[in-house]
Amino acid sequence: MIELTEVHKSFGSVEVLRGVSASIRRGEVVCIIGPSGSGKSTILRCINGLETYDGGTVTVDGVRVDRASADIKSIRTQISMVFQRFNLFPHRTALENVIEGPIYVKGVRREEAVPRAMELLSRVGLGGKANAYPLELSGGQMQRVAIARALAMQPKAILFDEPTSSLDPELVGEVLAVMRQLAEDGMTMVVVTHEIRFAQEVADRVLFLDHGTILEEGQARQVLTTPQHARTQEFLRRVLTPI
Amino acid sequence: MAKFFADAHEFLPILLQGVWLTIVVTVGSLILSTLLGMVWALMRVSRLRVLQRVSAGIVNGIRGIPIIVQLFYIYFVMPELGVTLTALQAAIIGLGIAYSAYQAENFRAGIEAIDKGQIEASESLGMGWALMMRRVILPQAVKIILPPYGNIMIMMLKDSSQASTITVAELTMKGQLVASSTFKYTSVLTMVALLYLIMSVPLILFVGWLERRMQQAK
Repeated sequence: MIELTEVHKSFGSVEVLRGVSASIRRGEVVCIIGPSGSGKSTILRCINGLETYDGGTVTVDGVRVDRASADIKSIRTQISMVFQRFNLFPHRTALENVIEGPIYVKGVRREEAVPRAMELLSRVGLGGKANAYPLELSGGQMQRVAIARALAMQPKAILFDEPTSSLDPELVGEVLAVMRQLAEDGMTMVVVTHEIRFAQEVADRVLFLDHGTILEEGQARQVLTTPQHARTQEFLRRVLTPI
Repeated sequence: MAKFFADAHEFLPILLQGVWLTIVVTVGSLILSTLLGMVWALMRVSRLRVLQRVSAGIVNGIRGIPIIVQLFYIYFVMPELGVTLTALQAAIIGLGIAYSAYQAENFRAGIEAIDKGQIEASESLGMGWALMMRRVILPQAVKIILPPYGNIMIMMLKDSSQASTITVAELTMKGQLVASSTFKYTSVLTMVALLYLIMSVPLILFVGWLERRMQQAK
């Protein structure tokens, strides 16, 4: 469904993606792990056109992702994104955040959009917070609203860019629980994360990215418990046993 | 002191005619500068490099020329190009254009202050530029734009006096005329100053209140 072929991307003189190729199938949960600066977020942002890329191709269902083309709107309404810093609209309530896309981008009628949004907010455990502003919510709650906002577009896939990295450790669990449920419901997910246990338990496949190339990829359990590449082993050892 | 009040009683009606034109010029040029300023600002933050460059050129050009010179240009030079305007029209247009540059810079600063994440969230939902500006960026930018906008209003009230240079009989000119024909400079000019204060102090207090409100809203 999502295809990356030999993708190259530089920011100025720094080459961040050096020929990344990957394939994400419908219904798969793929986790991308790796050190900071390896290009993990950049990959996600190339998929929905938040970044341009300099070489190779990125396609969604066969359509080339090109930020400047008219197709980009259609791609973006089919692939939602959840951000590390939530990026909720602070001047709108939780409910208004969730209905914004359906009403103003997809043209859904308010009478239809609101009940669906309420159902999504309940699904992420925030039915009672529909009229709260982001300012009044905790980080974990804000991220769950962001997930509901992503789901409201009825996407084919959701990209998660380090969704729990900005959260208080105690609030990480509630967000991961929602993500786990989404995976079990069959959502296609591409997740950039440092939560190795989550990847192990929920992901189908894992890609290990280092300095802009995929050093290792495979079945989640296999890559994470018996990594083949020395760098993967070193990374996992450092992350799982920091002291 | 008693003389002052006697003079005040005598000259106030005339000065109030000036006050009326001061208000007309201020409000007219405020509206024009706001509308034009929004145009320049939106051009500047648009995705089109041509529009950005044109807008920057216009704004910098306007900022580089003294307001009096711009007023003279519109009042004296326009007729040579076939456009005749009354002094009042020229004043409103001239001040409107002159201040549109400051309005534009204020609007632009407010828009650019909005977190980039808001743009990313909007884009990833499939919003186009215009929708994003209307629903996400501008509503948030208003809070940042308002206090400096209030300050611009106060400046425009005072700069309306420049209209006197192209014969608009607003408060300053009325004051000059009365003072120079009666020689009662002290009384008359004191009255003029007081009348400006009476108009501007409420505005100043309002802007202070706005600034406190915006701080609380964070």
